Amino acid sequence: MEQDWIWGLVGGLLIGTGGAIYLLVNGRIMGASGIIGGLVDGSGHSTKWERISFLIGVALLPVLLLPLYGSVDTHITSNLLVLVAAGLLVGVGTRIANGCTSGHGVCGISRLSLRGMVATVFYILAGGITVMLFRHILGVI
Amino acid sequence: MQRNVFAFIAGGFFGAGLFISGMTDTNKVQGWLDVFGNWDPTLAFVMGGAIIPMAIAWRLTKAHQTAMLGTVFPPPPEPKLGRNLVVGSVMFGMGWGLSGLCPGPSIAAISYGGTGVFVFLAAMLTGMAFAPAMRRLMDRPVPAE
Repeated sequence: MEQDWIWGLVGGLLIGTGGAIYLLVNGRIMGASGIIGGLVDGSGHSTKWERISFLIGVALLPVLLLPLYGSVDTHITSNLLVLVAAGLLVGVGTRIANGCTSGHGVCGISRLSLRGMVATVFYILAGGITVMLFRHILGVI
Repeated sequence: MQRNVFAFIAGGFFGAGLFISGMTDTNKVQGWLDVFGNWDPTLAFVMGGAIIPMAIAWRLTKAHQTAMLGTVFPPPPEPKLGRNLVVGSVMFGMGWGLSGLCPGPSIAAISYGGTGVFVFLAAMLTGMAFAPAMRRLMDRPVPAE
């Protein structure tokens, strides 16, 4: 628990390095929702394989690291209603806002984009209020 | 081909970073959002850590027209904020708070997140499929009174 922030920082540096490679080599902004969403709605059809390759990398590296950790608990809720509602909100919301934690948060803030900063403030506020409401008042999560 | 190899490498760094930082543990994400409970500051270190190499990368783009593989760099960020940015971010934040998951970690955790991550992903992809229609609806001009 005490070392969590160090691993957070190390992991963050790796995330940012991935974003730097994607920008400097491929010339693209590393936004997870944009990369996935472009495959879903067809807007990213011409860059389909670049997107798929990226996503395979995202999914594969944890598989390779997993043996070092033994097991990892994601603590994902088993409440299906919560999962479906959350997934729909994240899917629609990130596409309407044109970005999520990686696109607006990491890539936007690092170039001092006003849109990135405003989006980040709103999703953190909304997330904080949601956790307060559903955990401490309603006791659902 | 080259593009795909480097996209895979970039994705690998992203996935490894999400895994090592603990961002695929929904307790840590909800813990960061839970300021009235047992607050967990880890996410701030992850964000801060990620912003450092990215800020350097953005500076490096200033000296060049195109990326190494020839693609023109993304245009400067749009100054306009707009309703979509706010409404979309609030919706995203609500889903993020409810589940502790956002798009990147939901892909990173696909091999060890169990059924839950698949249910979340199916719903997220459905939401993404409906987003363009939703956006058109939101962009429709409001009729004058």
